[in-house]
Amino acid sequence: MSNLETIVEDTAVELLRIAATELPVEYVEEMDRLMKETSGDVGVSQIKNILEDADIARSGSKPMCQDTGIVAFMVKIGDEFPLRSKLKEILVEATKKATERVPLRPNAVDMFKGNTGNNVGLDGYVPIIYWDLVPGDSMEIIAMPKGGGSTNVAAHRMLKPGLGITGVKQFVVEAVAKAGSLGCPPYFVGVGVGGGEDLCMKLAKNALLKPFKVRNSDPKVAEIEAELYEKLNELKIGAMGLGEGPSVLDVHVEMAARHPASLPVGIVISCWALRHAKATIGADGTVEIDTSA
Amino acid sequence: MEHYLKTPVKEADIRKLKAGDLVYITGTIITARDEAHLKALELHEKGEEPPVSFTGRGVFHCGPIMKKDDDGKWQVVAAGPTTSARMEIFQDNFIEVFKPAIIIGKGGMGERTSKACQKHGCVYGAFTGGAALLAARGITDVEDVFWLDELGMPECFWVYKVEKFGPMIVTIDTHGANLTADVGAKVNENRDRIMEEMKK
Repeated sequence: MSNLETIVEDTAVELLRIAATELPVEYVEEMDRLMKETSGDVGVSQIKNILEDADIARSGSKPMCQDTGIVAFMVKIGDEFPLRSKLKEILVEATKKATERVPLRPNAVDMFKGNTGNNVGLDGYVPIIYWDLVPGDSMEIIAMPKGGGSTNVAAHRMLKPGLGITGVKQFVVEAVAKAGSLGCPPYFVGVGVGGGEDLCMKLAKNALLKPFKVRNSDPKVAEIEAELYEKLNELKIGAMGLGEGPSVLDVHVEMAARHPASLPVGIVISCWALRHAKATIGADGTVEIDTSA
Repeated sequence: MEHYLKTPVKEADIRKLKAGDLVYITGTIITARDEAHLKALELHEKGEEPPVSFTGRGVFHCGPIMKKDDDGKWQVVAAGPTTSARMEIFQDNFIEVFKPAIIIGKGGMGERTSKACQKHGCVYGAFTGGAALLAARGITDVEDVFWLDELGMPECFWVYKVEKFGPMIVTIDTHGANLTADVGAKVNENRDRIMEEMKK
């Protein structure tokens, strides 16, 4: 293994450790603030438990939740970055190592052969890796392990284009209400609109990773995000679906052009433990880790 | 109200609990998710019994992260609750057959489980979802493990000794209350109102 290959592998393992054990401080601070606004012992107790759990996780470097999820990496490779096709092998290896070292729960289940024991699928699709080519000589990796509970409440629908933006917003309200208590609220909500049946889901997942509380650069989309944030909290799902405290911590909407006959909408929901960590690795092997929300 | 229960919990003590009460358990709880429920019930139908008793004990909807220490003994790393709704399809049957005192999970359960709780004297205790290290703190010993090779770490039976494990909020009691379902009904009312307002 070349030196750079080792650096990429070690960095990917470290990103999975950070993601699983250190909840971004911005989320912690926001929940702490919202706890103080919560009336009702049940709601307060749930957020208090979350914050205490996140604190034990960070100080002890232990996974905040036993469901350390299916591992996904979002990778941007610079044109001049020395490693290319080798990267997949490296990220797969990093996933196996992180499973042992962090440790992560083995969550890759083969339909016929059962749990693979190392978070790597037998058919080459898991860990999930998204590739993007960009200018420059560095690479960026985001590790995003996502749990099953909130993954199960994702929603997808091909709307009639005539329903327009109102239809999109209604679908989001419907989907989050349906998620209810099931996916460990308070939630982060990612919405993808347009692009096609597949791209809208990818946009929705990516939307979860957009900077916390920063609204879309398009003022019209920003307005939809703000409205959805308000309305989704009016559902009053509450922390853990017990009716008290916040229902939703943030909402991001991503839009893509659509086919004239289609209005695809994807909704990806994260539990309170929205886990991710990012690193930029230079061609010279320098590593910069970014743990911001 | 706070209650400190010791397993095996007597049915009469379970029937004293009311939705909204806080519960802590000392004694034995056993993890079981989809596949363990299914396999235990299949065995029972064939006239055989699962390798561990649930009577008067806690059933914990949890797929933990476990690690062997240097002496080869299993240690809990993280053990929070999983989404209980998945077990709704067989929980009533499980309660009737194996008579657990408390089902521990997150997200609440439905009508079938609620009816079985009323009939057979069982409650549902909601533990904060994701709070896996808080839960692990209440587990003092890993007494046994069954079906690990066959079902894997998240799905097998882990038998835990627990000390003041909690707090759980009783959301389904033996008197017909179901807090999560009540919240869900209100959420649906809010949803209908919000969706209607969005049309304007």
